Amino acid sequence: MAVAAPPGGRMRRLLGRDPIGYAFVAPYAIFLVALFGYPLALSVYISFFDFFFAAPGAQVARPFVGLDNFAEILGDPVFQRAILNVAEFIVINVPLTVVLSLVLAAALNARLPFRVFFRTSYYIPYVTASVAVIGVWLWFFSRGGLLNDTLGPLAPDPSWLVNEFWAMPIIALVVTWKQLGFYVLLYLAALQNIPKELYEAAEVDGAGPIRRFMAITVPGVRPATTLVVILATIIGANLFTEPYLLTGGGGPNGASMSPVLLMYREGIEQGHAGYAAAMGVILAFAVMTISAINRFVLERE
Amino acid sequence: MATSSATERTAQVDRTVPGGRMSWRRVLGLAVLALGAVVFLFPFYYMIVGAFQREPNPGISGAFPNPANLTLANFGDINAEIDLVRTLINSGIFTGGVLLGTFAIGLLAGYALAQLEFRGRGVVFNAMLLILVLPFQLFMIPLYVVIVRTYGLADNYLGMILPFAVNATAVFIFRQFFLQLPRELFESARMDGASEFKILRSIAVPLARPSIITALVVTFIGPWNEFLWPFLITKQQDLQPLAVALANYISTVAARAANPFGSILAGAVVLAIPAVVVFVVFQRQFVESNLGSGVKG
Repeated sequence: MAVAAPPGGRMRRLLGRDPIGYAFVAPYAIFLVALFGYPLALSVYISFFDFFFAAPGAQVARPFVGLDNFAEILGDPVFQRAILNVAEFIVINVPLTVVLSLVLAAALNARLPFRVFFRTSYYIPYVTASVAVIGVWLWFFSRGGLLNDTLGPLAPDPSWLVNEFWAMPIIALVVTWKQLGFYVLLYLAALQNIPKELYEAAEVDGAGPIRRFMAITVPGVRPATTLVVILATIIGANLFTEPYLLTGGGGPNGASMSPVLLMYREGIEQGHAGYAAAMGVILAFAVMTISAINRFVLERE
Repeated sequence: MATSSATERTAQVDRTVPGGRMSWRRVLGLAVLALGAVVFLFPFYYMIVGAFQREPNPGISGAFPNPANLTLANFGDINAEIDLVRTLINSGIFTGGVLLGTFAIGLLAGYALAQLEFRGRGVVFNAMLLILVLPFQLFMIPLYVVIVRTYGLADNYLGMILPFAVNATAVFIFRQFFLQLPRELFESARMDGASEFKILRSIAVPLARPSIITALVVTFIGPWNEFLWPFLITKQQDLQPLAVALANYISTVAARAANPFGSILAGAVVLAIPAVVVFVVFQRQFVESNLGSGVKG
């Protein structure tokens, strides 16, 4: 037994005070290595090969191709279009998310009646399956749907989800709507850390509510803003379900094609696993770079 | 501008009538909150209305239930296509497996990471944090290769469950909880000769009940709503979770149905209800877990 070991023993110095910890953490460590560590290494490895899925048992050559996959991806107009689509998504989604969730969180923080009801209602889209909410948005935005019926002659032609201009903005709006409740709660927590005295002092100095919001609230929640921007960017780069179901597989004409949908097409449907793995490496690298830049810019100010 | 003149006016009211400012701002705050609630809840209301409509009515009048146009037939239609009971059981097995793995493996890991000292603890903790920030795209292809090709677990519940088996957020919640417990609490039990496992079972777990509920509720939402992973590895319809079966219905079958939106929305209601009920019942735990992560962030 661990407790019986003499204090200061050699084993103790080597393994730490509670060697039983290894037994406790072993299943989780095995899980991390088998399902994240190994696949991560495999992902980088096969991205340098012409690795494709063959019929089980078949012997196929999978030659080393160096950086060919990466070069081919970066030159592929479909991939470039998918990256531009994510950029469009982020340009619409991130500012909207930051502004709306901060405004709603500030209103929730004001100790108004029914706040538990409001807080709950904002969070419901976040806990509901994308597949379920896409069902109702498909109906709402469909050609003969509620929105077009209300707009009458103002409805766009072709309709929203099959319109090259509107497909991506609609996806950005639907995802903003779905995720907003999560960010409202993040901001709510950040707001509760701002000392009340700051507001009182500013009020004594004659600062109005808008001035107080800009001078105290906005800088006070900056760490939360960094987190919101980074998480929203990651979600944008991970888009799959919405372009797959809402706009019928990244349509029209690739106007809502997303990188992950493209990885699915190339890697799983076409079997070019090496090519798709390289795409994953590029995306993950891009996301982590953007996150680091966001963090640097937002926290330096 | 309207806002700035309104601000000046309230500032004046503030000086003349104390309390007047508060009521003005309360009204504005409530208006913002109420508008938000309408935007967030209307699609759910509309989902339910649409699921019970006999003839799809996309007009404004269709947003109000019409007793002459109500039916349960949409639920029968979707059930004929995707066997709701079977797919709900599949969703339940997938979710249950993840909850079990998270509880058994994650709780042990969280306790060890917080209360036990051993070399390499920091490495495991940092690996866990890395999982929380690495984007899923990086894992999609290699996980598919590993699960389907290496382990041969396509069309298999285990293959569905494994990548989600221990929720990293839950491990983090467990660790944060056990960190708050003083070491002395466990020392005396150790003096009495209790094994670490007995200490965990009879002291740590009963104390951690609130954080266990929080972690399991947060974990539940993931696999129940997950679409991409089970979609990738299940081709057999009788193994698909409801989210996957409904998505396949939307993308392939719906175009041929008489009232496609009616049956899609009936399926959506069945898929949404368990998660929404779990959330509404346990909403305090959700809020706490988020407030906790917000403070850390």
